[in-house]
Amino acid sequence: MSFDAELIFSALRALTPILFAALGGALCERAGVFNVSLEGTMLIGCFAAVTGSWFGGSVWVGVISAVLAAMVFSLLLAIGAVTLGADAVVLCIALNLLAVGLTGFLLRTIFGKQGTFGDPDLKGLQPVDIPGLESVPFLGRALSGHSPLVYLSWVAVVVIAVLLSRHPWGVRLRGVGEAPEAAQSLGVSVARYRYAAILTSGALCGLAGAQLALGNVTLFSENMTAGRGWIAVVAVMLGRALPIGVLLAGILFGLVEAVGFRLQGEGMPQQAADAAPYVMTLVALFLATRSRARRGAAAPPGRLTGRIPRPRRFARTTSESQS
Amino acid sequence: MNDQHAAAPGDIAEVEMRGIVRRFPGVLANDRVDLRVASGEIHAVMGENGAGKSTLMSILYGLQRPDAGRILLRGTEHSFGSPVQAIAAGLGMVHQGFKLFPSLTVTENVVYGSEPTRRGLVDRATARARVAELVDTHGLHVPPDARVADLPIGVQQRVEILKLLYRDARVLILDEPTAVLTPAEADRLLAVIRGLARSGRTILLVTHKLGEVMAVSDRVTVLRDGRVTARLATAETTPAEIALAMTGRRIDLDRTHPAGTPAADVLEVRGLTVSAGRGAKPLVENVSLTVRAGEIVGVAGVAGNGQSELVEALAGLRPIDAGRVLVAGRDVGDASVQQRRRAGLAYVPEDRATVGAARDASLADNLAMGFHRTPPLAGRGGFLRRAAIREHAARVIERFGVKAASSAVTIGTLSGGNQQKAILGREITHDAPLLLVEQPTRGVDIGSIENIHARLVEYRDAGHGVLLVSAELSEILALSDRVLVMYEGRIVAELPRAEADVHAIGLAMAGGDPTRSAAAADPDAGDDASSTAPTTAHQV
Ligand SMILES: Nc1ncnc2c1ncn2[C@@H]1O[C@H](COP(=O)(O)OP(=O)(O)O)[C@@H](O)[C@H]1O
Ligand SMILES: [Mg+2]
Repeated sequence: MSFDAELIFSALRALTPILFAALGGALCERAGVFNVSLEGTMLIGCFAAVTGSWFGGSVWVGVISAVLAAMVFSLLLAIGAVTLGADAVVLCIALNLLAVGLTGFLLRTIFGKQGTFGDPDLKGLQPVDIPGLESVPFLGRALSGHSPLVYLSWVAVVVIAVLLSRHPWGVRLRGVGEAPEAAQSLGVSVARYRYAAILTSGALCGLAGAQLALGNVTLFSENMTAGRGWIAVVAVMLGRALPIGVLLAGILFGLVEAVGFRLQGEGMPQQAADAAPYVMTLVALFLATRSRARRGAAAPPGRLTGRIPRPRRFARTTSESQS
Repeated sequence: MNDQHAAAPGDIAEVEMRGIVRRFPGVLANDRVDLRVASGEIHAVMGENGAGKSTLMSILYGLQRPDAGRILLRGTEHSFGSPVQAIAAGLGMVHQGFKLFPSLTVTENVVYGSEPTRRGLVDRATARARVAELVDTHGLHVPPDARVADLPIGVQQRVEILKLLYRDARVLILDEPTAVLTPAEADRLLAVIRGLARSGRTILLVTHKLGEVMAVSDRVTVLRDGRVTARLATAETTPAEIALAMTGRRIDLDRTHPAGTPAADVLEVRGLTVSAGRGAKPLVENVSLTVRAGEIVGVAGVAGNGQSELVEALAGLRPIDAGRVLVAGRDVGDASVQQRRRAGLAYVPEDRATVGAARDASLADNLAMGFHRTPPLAGRGGFLRRAAIREHAARVIERFGVKAASSAVTIGTLSGGNQQKAILGREITHDAPLLLVEQPTRGVDIGSIENIHARLVEYRDAGHGVLLVSAELSEILALSDRVLVMYEGRIVAELPRAEADVHAIGLAMAGGDPTRSAAAADPDAGDDASSTAPTTAHQV
């Protein structure tokens, strides 16, 4: 196997859905909502993208349908977790299950298909050649010719990074996640910011689904997200809910997926190639946890890493400290 | 500091609350309270825990609605539905627990929610400049770019004050601001408060510490059981008069207890060292001490000199790196907490809310802890006997005068003083030969302080040993038969009762060199003269 421009190209393509979803997850994490419904929301996005493109006759109708459907879907999370105060994790698990069932059911009722719907007439995202860049050796073949959503995802990284670090909205969002009572006491509505974060995350998951169903392939198949939403959750964790961190973690997973795909072409068993991203996820999680434990108290804020750091002084006490 | 404060009846008060009533199920927290605060004065609101001070301030600040009563600011009636409206009307409040964003910088915390912007983005330079300017004008000594999590608690509190100043608060409400501070930090805060009043702001200082009130306030309103019991001008009153209004009975403020008669050792510590991690200076270094049955040994020192770590190591909450610990003759150097307790140790931790109690459990369950493995509370097969637990709780509540509606309420809803009485009661009921007590009266009202001190002396007289760690020098002096002074992790002085006085201990607390005490007490202070004397306003 050689490490060539095509490999980078397919890694960047594989990265995109994970990156969109992880950016959404990072926003929620920053707002203090542990959103693990990325997988299901992305799947809704996939289905809506294909449906919109098929009936609307345009790929952009597909993309917009994906965004809207995924936002409506994540509205359920917002209402449940923010307005009604339900446990976000439990709700997300239910939403993930709902997404699988709902898309499978609609696939049958709308398209009369079981398993997969694809058609030569289904319009997918067309590659964009970046003028000037396409003729550069290596870089041209690696970076040019992607679907527009791939480029949009890069823009999203920059926009969200600036938003979080420099824009009043982003700074307040971080505050809402870190100390909601403090934010409330200064007149910042915790609920409003959490709604915004969850709905934005929905839109981003919709884009992830559109790229997956109309960019990486041009079809819908049941459960086609295949754990990418969960990998995105891990990317949020590894990237410490920072846009750039999330990007780097996503690149790692994109590469693993591309390499696995390549090796499969070179005779590696398909099962091993398919398992590669998940094995990578485990390894990454393990290493991240270890290095974090060694760094000790330097853990970032946020629920993934434990909002309330446990002081060292209690390390040896359990229930007995009270006895 | 100003003589206009005794507002004549015709004057318009900065803040006026009239006939405030607030009921909670079973309690009348505020009963027709009138409060009148003149512009530019420091007005102390005093009362024991549970008197209704926080409730009154929450009503003023729009956090709670009164059941009856009116609020007037400079003569205009207001009715706040939320703190945001109160802030807009020029009020600002520093809560008992801070409301800060630990990972954000001081500047970000201060401007949060009303950030200056340039081309849509937060204008960091302007924000920083505004904060730096406020820091300078008010002499607050807060680094604008530091992360709040990295700042000592006293500085965090000044960040809270900065937030109010940034929002142009004319009236600052400080709810028990010194409860969480070391004595030096408290002195420093009082100096800041004086400065703010001089700059024309009105201060409502909620506290139950007489020393502070005498030191800074112009006028005092005293609450007891939700009702105003006194309105006094500080210059014309005495601590004893205020204490009488607070408690309804005479309190001897400088009572010392007769000495104990020590017998056998109940705690022997030899060469105890607790390290802070590789390369760092040990937190506790080569400490040796003994506590005998029938004596109270006080450990004095400026907070942060290893006292907490010493007690945690003894209690089994922190691994020890070297040395021997014998409790009632048994070596417990690396025994578990349970084994230590079996050997004869009871422990009242400094942090009663999280270490001393399970906040969300009932008072009865909290009082049962440690008694739950053996009869009578545990029945056959180790199953708990609810009836026995209730009886046990009722006995402790009765004996220690814990005020609670019933033993079924969660302990977190009790006032600080009552939580402390409950925890102390539980630990004393263990009847262990050795009792470790940390800061037994921090954040506790005077009435309860008297009670808690009496219990500790009683416990000693019953033939038990007590190791008392306290940042309140007055407490150490009132109770100890022997005083140890810790400085930078070591015991630098041991003084018998007869030789232990404020001067000798204060000198040792500062490492033997009085010029160093300011630096040790308040590392962020560059200019502070008031912190050298460890015995000023924070002494009751
Ligand atoms: N939210 C609440 N629910 C029920 N009772 C309360 C509540 N807040 C305060 N109380 C009761 O009102 C009384 C006054 O409390 P508080 O104002 O906190 O006193 P203080 O601040 O003077 O210590 C206490 O008896 C307390 O238990
Ligand atoms: Mg209070």
